[in-house]
Amino acid sequence: MEAILAWEHIGTVVNAAYFVAAFLFILGLKRMSSPKTARVGILWAGAGMVVATLVTFVHPKLAGEVTNTNYILMLLAIAIGGIPAWISGRKVPMTDMPQMVALYNGMGGGAAACIAAVVLYGGGEQYTTTIMVLAVLGGIIGAVAFSGSLIAFAKLQGLITKTWRFPGQNFLNMALMAVIAVAGAQVVLASGDAGMAVITTFFVMALILGVTITVPIGGADMPVVISLYNALTGLAVAFEGFVIDNAAMIIAGTVVGAAGTMLTQLMANAMNRPLSNVLFGAFGSAEEGAPGEEGGTMKEIQASDAGVMMAYAEKVIVVPGYGMAVAQAQHKVWELCKMLIEKGVDVKFAIHPVAGRMPGHMNVLLAEAGVPYDHIYDLDEINSEFEKADVSLVIGANDVVNPVARTNPDSPIYGMPILNADKAKNVIVVKRGQGTGFSGIQNALFTLDNTQMLYGDGQEVANKLLQTVKEY
Amino acid sequence: MIEGFIALYIFMLAAFTGYEIIGRVPAILHTPLMSGSNFVHGIVLVGAMVALGTAETVLAQVIGFLGVVLGAGNAAGGYVVTERMLEMFKSSKEDA
Repeated sequence: MEAILAWEHIGTVVNAAYFVAAFLFILGLKRMSSPKTARVGILWAGAGMVVATLVTFVHPKLAGEVTNTNYILMLLAIAIGGIPAWISGRKVPMTDMPQMVALYNGMGGGAAACIAAVVLYGGGEQYTTTIMVLAVLGGIIGAVAFSGSLIAFAKLQGLITKTWRFPGQNFLNMALMAVIAVAGAQVVLASGDAGMAVITTFFVMALILGVTITVPIGGADMPVVISLYNALTGLAVAFEGFVIDNAAMIIAGTVVGAAGTMLTQLMANAMNRPLSNVLFGAFGSAEEGAPGEEGGTMKEIQASDAGVMMAYAEKVIVVPGYGMAVAQAQHKVWELCKMLIEKGVDVKFAIHPVAGRMPGHMNVLLAEAGVPYDHIYDLDEINSEFEKADVSLVIGANDVVNPVARTNPDSPIYGMPILNADKAKNVIVVKRGQGTGFSGIQNALFTLDNTQMLYGDGQEVANKLLQTVKEY
Repeated sequence: MIEGFIALYIFMLAAFTGYEIIGRVPAILHTPLMSGSNFVHGIVLVGAMVALGTAETVLAQVIGFLGVVLGAGNAAGGYVVTERMLEMFKSSKEDA
C-alpha cells in the first residue's frame, strides 16, 4: 500500500515534469520565431527535453514492471542513438543541413512507428477502438515519414541521383494505400487478434509507400517534402501520445504537426507550387520540353572590369544562390562586400525564399560567414530596389532570377516569384560554366543586354573582385 | 487516462498554438524553425522509453529498443543542428 502511494506521488511529479516540458517547447518555439530571441529559444526547448527524458526513468508505468534488463537496454539505446547523432550534427557542414534535418526527422517518424508496433504486436484487447485507430494511423504516418525522409536524405546527400518516374506511379501509390487501409482496418477490428502476418504486411506496405511517394520527387522540391514529413512526424507522435497516454507527446506532436503544415504551405507558396503538384505532378518532365527563348548571346566580362564597376557603384545588390555555398565562397563574398561598404557603396543581400536547399537556408549560410542579418533582405523588401541599383551581382543563383518566370507562360517556373535582378543597370552573373539551373531551364537573364557573364569558381572570382576593389 | 473529449480539446488548442507560432515568422528563420520543430518532436523518445520499459516479450524489446535508438537520434541530432544554426544569427550591432 505504501509503495503504491509513493508511486502515485511519482506519477504526479512525472506529469508535472511533462507539463513543464510542454510549456518549455512552446515557449522555445515562440522564441525561435524571432531572430533576436532565437538562440535562447533552442536552449529552453532543450531544457524541456532533458527534464522529460529524465523523469521518464521513473514513469509510473514502469513501476514494478520494468526489469533491470530493460533499464540497461534503455540506457544503451539512448547512447547508441544519441551519441552518433550528436557527433554527426556537430560535424556536418552548414551546406548539408537540410539532409541532416531529413535524417533526424525520419528517425522520429520511425520511433513513432515503433511505438505503434509495440502496441499492435502486443495485442490490443486492453485498448478502445479509438485508441486502436489512432495507433494504426500513427503507425502509417510514422512509417511513411521514416522511409520517405530517408529517401529525401539519400537524394540530397547524392546517394541517389536518379529520379524514377513511370506511368502507373500514382496508380501504384493508390493500390498501396488501399492495401494499407484494408490491413489497418483488419488490425483495428480484430482488436488484438489480427495476427503477425497482417500487422507485418501493414507496416511493410507503409514503409514501401514512403519510398514510392518520395522517389519520383525532384531535388528542387525536396525542401517542401522534408517540411511535410516533419509535420507528419509531429502528427504521428501526437497520435502515439494518445495511445500511450502521454500528454507531453500529444502537445509537442500536435504543435509541430500544425506548425509544420503551416511552414510547408509557406514554402510551397514561395515556390508557387501547389502541394498536390509537388507530390503528384512531375516537375522534371519539363526538362526536355521548352528550352525557353534562347537565341541571344552571352557576353563575358573580366573580374578586373567587374570589380571596377562595383567599386564605383552607389548601390550594389548581391543575389547569392546555392552555387555560392557549394564553392564555399560566402566568406570571400562578405569580405568583398565589407570592402565595398568601406568605400561608401550601399551593399545589400537579396535572398529568394527558396535560395539554397531549404527556405531560409541561404540566410543560415550567410550568417555562418558573418553577414549581419540587417544587411539581408527578403524578396518583398528588395524587389523594388533593383531599379535603383547600379550593379546586381548574381553569384551561384539561377532559377530564382530567371525573368521567364514573369514573361513566358509556357515555362514550368512561370508564376514563381523571382528576384528582379534584371532590372538593375548592370547585371554581373558569376557562374562556373554555361549549364542550366536545378530545374534544367534556360535562363533568359544571361542573354539580356545589361547582363555580363563572369565565368569561374565562385571563391576565386570573389577573391579577384576583392583585389580589384582594394586597389581603387 | 486522458478522457476522449479532453484529449480532443488538447489537440485543438495545441494545433492553434502551432499555427500561431509560425504565422508571422520572417523567411530567414524558416530553416532554423523547421529544424527546431524537428527537434521538438524528438519527445517521441519518452514514449519509446516507456514502450521499451514495459516490454515483456523479446519482440517488444527489440522494437522498443529500435524506437529508443531512433528517438534519441531525433532528439540529440535535432538539438545540435538547430543550436548551430541559431548560434550564427547576430545583428551588426552585436559584436561577434
